Amino acid sequence: MGGFAVVLNPFNLLLMLIGILLGVIIGVLPGLGGANGVAILLPLTFTMPPTSAIIMLSCIYWGALFGGAITSILFNIPGEPWSVATTFDGHPMAKQGRADEALTAAFTSSFVGALVAVILITFLAPLVAKFALKFGPPEFFAVQFLTFASFIGMGRGSPFKTLASMCLGFALASVGLDTVTGQLRMTFGTAELLTGFKFLTAVIGLFGIGEILASMESGLAFAGTQAKLNMKAVLQTWKKLPQYWATSLRSCLIGCWMGITPGGATPASFMSYGLAKRFSKRGDNFGKGEIEGVIAPETAAHAAGTSALLPMITLGIPGSPTAAVLLGGLLIWGLQPGPLLFIEQKDFVWGLIASMYLGNIAGLVIVLTCVPLFAAILRVPFSAIAPAIMVICAVGAYTINNAMFDVWMMGMFGIIGYVFNKLSYPLPPLVLALVLGDMAESSFRQSMLMSQGDLSIFWANGLVGTIFGLGMILLFWPVIQWVISKALTAKPA
Amino acid sequence: MSEHENSSAGPRLVSNRTMDIVVALVLLAVAAVVIVDSLRLGAGWRPIEGPAAGYFPFYIGLLLTISSVVTLVRAFLDRAGGEKTFVTKPAFRLVLAVLVPLVVYIVVLGFIGIYVASAIYIALFMWYFGKYPILRGATIGVAVSVALFLMFEVWFLVPLPKGPFEEFLGY
Repeated sequence: MGGFAVVLNPFNLLLMLIGILLGVIIGVLPGLGGANGVAILLPLTFTMPPTSAIIMLSCIYWGALFGGAITSILFNIPGEPWSVATTFDGHPMAKQGRADEALTAAFTSSFVGALVAVILITFLAPLVAKFALKFGPPEFFAVQFLTFASFIGMGRGSPFKTLASMCLGFALASVGLDTVTGQLRMTFGTAELLTGFKFLTAVIGLFGIGEILASMESGLAFAGTQAKLNMKAVLQTWKKLPQYWATSLRSCLIGCWMGITPGGATPASFMSYGLAKRFSKRGDNFGKGEIEGVIAPETAAHAAGTSALLPMITLGIPGSPTAAVLLGGLLIWGLQPGPLLFIEQKDFVWGLIASMYLGNIAGLVIVLTCVPLFAAILRVPFSAIAPAIMVICAVGAYTINNAMFDVWMMGMFGIIGYVFNKLSYPLPPLVLALVLGDMAESSFRQSMLMSQGDLSIFWANGLVGTIFGLGMILLFWPVIQWVISKALTAKPA
Repeated sequence: MSEHENSSAGPRLVSNRTMDIVVALVLLAVAAVVIVDSLRLGAGWRPIEGPAAGYFPFYIGLLLTISSVVTLVRAFLDRAGGEKTFVTKPAFRLVLAVLVPLVVYIVVLGFIGIYVASAIYIALFMWYFGKYPILRGATIGVAVSVALFLMFEVWFLVPLPKGPFEEFLGY
């Protein structure tokens, strides 16, 4: 309860509102997403106290989650990758003149998803943190291994591309001064590479610049529908929503699960949409403007986006790229994420959790009242917004370290982002490996030192063995799946 | 924007398969650099110190090699992937039209300062892609720069790269 006292001071409340507004704008604009929006604004918060800063940044994140739905429904342009599934039914509904219904359903179900995830965090986080206090280096490495293995196991598309993307992230993370031996790695005599690659530069480049390049190529033709939300339509939709409780509940579960294991919001929304289609009585109607088709992906995306913060604050392992950026912020403020945070920085943790409750309530109110305003932003032509976003990205990259080198790297990452996107190399593993690379390496090396080079330390006791075993199963999941499907088709049943 | 709308049609420049091969080769080159440098640092076990500095990156490089080789082989075997278009000519021209000015902007802003460079960049971008009157673009460009200036230099006291123009104004 002390957390609410932290949040409920005027300064933090103001930051919360600013954060949500900025977040929705970021979510609405193509080319800016939660991850790079937070990354760009991170340097601005260095002058604030950490608790206020994290409140504002996480509110930007909630805002971006809400904002993505507006563009998907009204314009059939997903502002964020996780709102792609929302376009399937949301846009047809808007075309039938049911935009208000679709928007209300989307916002409300996002809110429900987030709320369930926050409640989960409230009760689970202290337990996980307490449990994680027993962790030594081998356990931490096992958890990190599990994180990366689940990308390979749960990812869609080629597992080898996921692996390559991840390894590139690890390789980039290892550039610079080796913290254990003090040797220089892969700097090739350049002073700029001494400190290594900044993952913030990578995030801004990969997601921001890369996205704009992709959007420019497709040529932007906006075919929007008008929307106005009045209270009557909102209330009418709210009356309808309870009958879809089963869909909501299922989507919450999928979302929370995918958020905690770093599946992320995007696969969660697709999975939830697919399952809703299969289980719904009116599954055939999906894609033509079925309200359940909006509820399912939105609930899951928001639940996943929120619960992604659980492993971040308790274990120091982010469940999504945006959570990874927030984690980077914590490190810069000198807060070491992980179980000790719950003991040493109680105010901070509970302030953050309280801001999740209030931020989502405030977010719901703001988006319900301001839809016409945000829709108007989209009417500003892309050719005016795109250069401004580029400039903001450049500013963001420069302010990380006050170095021109970072701006150039941002450009390079932009090109990588564009090419990787087109060839369906997933970007989140790259970013996560870049953030976690040093931590994973040092926990691995510490474990090796403990065991004098004996790999069996990773199954030396029940705890580390279980985590490591789970990781192994996930890692080889594509192979297991393939074997099972072969076995099933071999003998016709 | 009318001339840009059909950018997904038009003659193909490169196929997905070709690009897959190119990217896999680039990644292999990266992996080679990582492995060579890791071997220089020592990728083995040092008494007392434990794993040497190149130990972890070495295996990362090895994994990157394996995964890229698989992608490479798959791309070679996958004839059907040759049908898919990575980028068409008009679309590529459009991407270059965005990319080249961006690169110029990034290089130039270190010399003339971020504010002047941004104003010029926004003005030209809007004029070229949005077919705005140049004056309108310039107005918005200057407005964005001034807003940035107030926010960073004045409000948050975060210094951004400045050039001769800001010096002239006394900053």
